[in-house]
Amino acid sequence: MSRVLVPCHVKGTVALQVGDVRTSQGRPGVLVIDVTFPSVAPFELQEITFKNYYTAFLSIRVRQYTSMHTPVKWVTCLRDYCLMPDPHSEEGAQEYVSLFKHQMLCDMSRVLELRLILRQPSPLWLSFTVEELQIYQQGPKSPSMTFPKWLSHPVPCEQPAPHLEGLPNPSSVSSEVQQMWALTEMVRASHTSTKIGRFDVDGCYDLNLLSYT
Amino acid sequence: MLQEESDLSLTIAQIVQKLKGSNLYAQLERQAWGSWEKRILKSLNSMCTELSIPLARKRPVGEQKELLNKWNEMGTDEPDLSLFRPVYAPKDFLEVLINLRNPNYENGDSLSFRTHLGLIQVPLKVKDIPELKEFFVELGLTTGQLGIDDSTQVPPELFENEHVRIGQKVLVEQDSAAAQQYIRQGSPTALRAELWALILNISSQPEDILYYEQLKTNVIQHDLLVDSLIYKDVKLTASNDDYYFVFEDYLYQVLLCFSRDTSVLAHFAYNSASPPKSYIRGKLGMEEYAVFYPPNGVIPFHGFSMYVAPLCFLYHEPSRLYQMFREMYVRFFFRLHSISSHPSGIVSLCLLFETLLQTYLPQLFYHLREIGAQPLRISFKWMVRAFSGYLATDQLLLLWDRILGYNSLEILPVLAAAVFAFRAVNLMEVTSLAAAEAVLADLSTLKVMPLLQIFLFATVT
Repeated sequence: MSRVLVPCHVKGTVALQVGDVRTSQGRPGVLVIDVTFPSVAPFELQEITFKNYYTAFLSIRVRQYTSMHTPVKWVTCLRDYCLMPDPHSEEGAQEYVSLFKHQMLCDMSRVLELRLILRQPSPLWLSFTVEELQIYQQGPKSPSMTFPKWLSHPVPCEQPAPHLEGLPNPSSVSSEVQQMWALTEMVRASHTSTKIGRFDVDGCYDLNLLSYT
Repeated sequence: MLQEESDLSLTIAQIVQKLKGSNLYAQLERQAWGSWEKRILKSLNSMCTELSIPLARKRPVGEQKELLNKWNEMGTDEPDLSLFRPVYAPKDFLEVLINLRNPNYENGDSLSFRTHLGLIQVPLKVKDIPELKEFFVELGLTTGQLGIDDSTQVPPELFENEHVRIGQKVLVEQDSAAAQQYIRQGSPTALRAELWALILNISSQPEDILYYEQLKTNVIQHDLLVDSLIYKDVKLTASNDDYYFVFEDYLYQVLLCFSRDTSVLAHFAYNSASPPKSYIRGKLGMEEYAVFYPPNGVIPFHGFSMYVAPLCFLYHEPSRLYQMFREMYVRFFFRLHSISSHPSGIVSLCLLFETLLQTYLPQLFYHLREIGAQPLRISFKWMVRAFSGYLATDQLLLLWDRILGYNSLEILPVLAAAVFAFRAVNLMEVTSLAAAEAVLADLSTLKVMPLLQIFLFATVT
């Protein structure tokens, strides 16, 4: 299924913290990233990709367009998705992640705005975020294949041709041809794929010193 | 058709095996590895210029003939190797690992619940003893083991005879997965060579023998600087070892060919290292004249030949020995001298060792740390060589049985910790790093399987 990148505006991360940011000792464990789509009409979300950077859990809330004049509200479409199985260790900390429409808890057909809530409960990491965030909507459907008429509507079997004088039996000929074909296939298949692997260039291996780049 | 299918599935099985769990963390690895690689290249280049020896040269015809004649006895050669020095030794590599830091990690002065008291400062996830017990469940007290239940006091009807019979059946069926499961309990000596070949999917086809002969021709035609490093390494390590000196000639035949084998370059797809590059003289910067040096991309370090030596007990046909070594290298041994976050990578193994010791022998760990003898400084060389040259050969082969059976090198740090646990009483009395080294200098009398079993399954925590 093809996908099309949706241009989005990623607002700066906002840290949620209890108490005064200046005086408290610890680092925030919750960050919120707002993603808006200023120049795009409400679209159907297909996929979200990003590169993780030490975020342990991800929740996503979405605000969708409704045709009726009800106030638009936030709905959680992904709850506490685990990116790092052990928040204190490196596993999963810098991986590339893809999230798809079918993983979401609600319908994503008319997305107006997204809000990513990042959580990292471990005090060991200095910072955490997600990078290279990209949102995709569904691309145009691939053009439907039109089969040639004779494939989709096979002609019924014709009557067998009349037996001609002096010619060999067609079924025995066809079985012999098939056997020969099978033999050629076997010969072709037994061709070894082992490479010889030359390391020199035209017989010459006279080298400069090793390069540092 | 069937042959094609089984060849294809063989290749796929090998590829899947190698790609499993190869996580590479960009920031951590590439910076550290990049500067380390540069150091190695500089060392090699300076050796080249100081000694005025080219990195590679084509041998004149007379020299080629001479080498061909003494191909089977290269050990009798006594070239002057005094000016050569190994590019690096395991302890240099340990210094690099010690200095690995994650810039995003809180490395503050205050002690927290996750302060690393050992040498490795990278927070990789390692297994603890409950997880190891589950992983190595076949090593448990209620399962028969070769290395324990085949000792002379135990009547063979209890375990050994049946185990040998099952092993023969596995070989008849040529079932690779069953062989891998079977070998977790150890391999009978008579069946070991066949079993290892079955597990690694090595079958000696005519094209493999041809390939080896081609490599031999490459050795005869071109002389590489790396060859002298290999000679020096063999003379320094394997030739001095009571068990392995008889195989000196085999080691040259394998390692010299290994250096010229470009198919080894394929393993760099899942290794964070990259092979050193150079250009044909006079064509600097032109990509069509770019080549790798050595052709297989692997620069040997001090002790490298010890990866091959134990295999010489099992395989006597040079091309088969070569194939087995190459497969063992690209599956396991390369992880012991390259930086990655793989659970079997050397960084994880070191961290696993230190964590096990710290958690289950805290007094010993604290004592050694206080006297300036960080345990990893002693056990690192064991793990980098997969204990080759430190254990008696029959014990080493039992250990490598389990490496193949579990497809993981994690048994190495577990054994290292078990050795420390075994000699804990003596170690508690030492007062310096040198004395601690002396206590742990000789491992040749140790029995590997009882140590592992006691440490994992019978220690009261």
